[in-house]
Amino acid sequence: MADIRFQVHRFNPETDEKPYYQEYQFTPLEGSTVLDCLNYIKWHLDDTLAYRMSCRSAICGSCAMRVNGHAKLVCQTQVKNVVRPDGTVRIDPVGNMPVLKDLIADMHGFWTKMQAVKPYLMPTQPPPSANQEYLQLPEAFRLFEEEATCIMCGACVSDCTSLESDKQFLGPAALAKAYRFSADTRDGRRHERLEELIERGGMWDCVRCNECVQTCPKTVAPMEAILKLRQMALKERLTDSIGARHVTVFTDIVGRRGILDERELPVRSLGFNPVKLLGMAPVALQSVLKGKIRPLEPPHKVKGVEDVQRIHREMEDGS
Amino acid sequence: MKYAYFPGCVARGNCPELNSATLAIAPLLGLELVELAEAPCCGAGVINSQNPVLADTYNAKTFALAEEQGLNVMTVCSTCIGSLRKSNKRLQGQSAYLEQVNQHLRPSGREYHGNVDVTHLLYVLINDVGLDSLRSMVKRPLQGLRCAPFYGCFILRPSEVMGLDDPEHPTSLERVIEALGGKPIDYWHKTRCCGFPITLENEAASFKMAGAAIGEAKDLGAECMVTPCPLCHMNLDMQQPRIPRHTGRTYNMPVIHLPQLVGLALGLDPKQLGLHKHIMDTSAVVSRVVAH
Repeated sequence: MADIRFQVHRFNPETDEKPYYQEYQFTPLEGSTVLDCLNYIKWHLDDTLAYRMSCRSAICGSCAMRVNGHAKLVCQTQVKNVVRPDGTVRIDPVGNMPVLKDLIADMHGFWTKMQAVKPYLMPTQPPPSANQEYLQLPEAFRLFEEEATCIMCGACVSDCTSLESDKQFLGPAALAKAYRFSADTRDGRRHERLEELIERGGMWDCVRCNECVQTCPKTVAPMEAILKLRQMALKERLTDSIGARHVTVFTDIVGRRGILDERELPVRSLGFNPVKLLGMAPVALQSVLKGKIRPLEPPHKVKGVEDVQRIHREMEDGS
Repeated sequence: MKYAYFPGCVARGNCPELNSATLAIAPLLGLELVELAEAPCCGAGVINSQNPVLADTYNAKTFALAEEQGLNVMTVCSTCIGSLRKSNKRLQGQSAYLEQVNQHLRPSGREYHGNVDVTHLLYVLINDVGLDSLRSMVKRPLQGLRCAPFYGCFILRPSEVMGLDDPEHPTSLERVIEALGGKPIDYWHKTRCCGFPITLENEAASFKMAGAAIGEAKDLGAECMVTPCPLCHMNLDMQQPRIPRHTGRTYNMPVIHLPQLVGLALGLDPKQLGLHKHIMDTSAVVSRVVAH
């Protein structure tokens, strides 16, 4: 392996006014992970560098950080796979969290949001018999088998686009955890959980950008868990939000026309909301003038729309 | 080169210029497109929030229509390609599930056998047309026009479903821009979300996302943004006048659909490409390229 230049994010709040990059250059041993390289720096080049690590086996979740701008567990990232064409590797702390020092982020907000979704069972039935555990069948566990693999490393939170623009958003890790308990057959508070999760900052504020699915070092796929929460909420008739109406109106329009008609979707999704509609009016008018929105055109439909309508009718109940 | 063409709802709705630009460049590229007139909406990941099996069934119908003609599917939308490929992976991966879905196609005499692949114009340019060949077709080089590529989420992620480019550090759009004589701008937001899916639900967050991307592109000297996704186009172009109230900044950033950029370089009339139909004025881009 050739020399690699590591550009490492440094920041000591006691002495530094602002963060900077420090460069370390050496030739890592064949097969080194990025964590091996950080350890080499700390043990041989500069013992002031601060970062979290522990198990080195992608189980403890301590060593999530951004490599070339994207969150990874550095203990399972081979350095040879991330060297950029110019021979550099850039290492930053996870995103969407304040930095305490160098590569160490403050995970306080992460844990607060995790606690907010009540990540524990709330059974409403007594256990099968006195002094006995609540039992669970393997089929029932499979409903959230993937979500249960979360090691709370914060990689998904780091790269979440919604969180970057809206600090109130619960974020992928907490919402995946919320699904894990909402889907647990031993839990008795699914409806109450979902009622809280449809509020602002909850399941409808995800943009579905797939960053969390891509970045998760396990198999949680948080965005898919958020979609399952949405399906649950709609099944429980929790439909009084713009997000929920957007989905039901969208599905209804496609079920009738085979294609989305964008002239119908926003008006019906917003419900009775004169302020928002007025806010959209100037852009809508401009779009009409440019021929992007064509109000006089007959409703858009695909050819042979009856077949789409039949499929929609047959499957409306979700079977 | 012959594909079953899936324009998607937006190219037939709010971005008609995307459809006309695609149809205008296709013959120049030697690309024959057979439009799937009966194909329903891909579900856009939205129908999945209610009824994922319904979305997969709509998409199985699309695949069956293409399969009947022995063709693969080409889209011009990052959201469509992502939704279609996700459905296809589920349908191809489990024969019991494919059978369950086929039960809803059979009443109209159709069945999907799992033999269709889904691609996007962007990857057709690279893998079928080829960059060298594309370069040789250029009649009106882009004169080093500084273009900020903006991918759109689903065309890259998750790579388990997409796998057509590096999801974190993609190069496809950059290579096409270069082949056409433009200069790609490298910036962090090029792979981020435009915010479109939550425009109605959470306008402030949505427009901050779009503003962050446009702002970074502008700071790095981009003269325009280029996107293979009409949903991104809606948030970046159509909604651009509404972004400043959330970010305190105006941008005046033209946003070009991928086939429009190709068409410009291949010498087509900017009007035919619908470049006058955008909300943000594209005349600076057009005159920069056409004046030469």
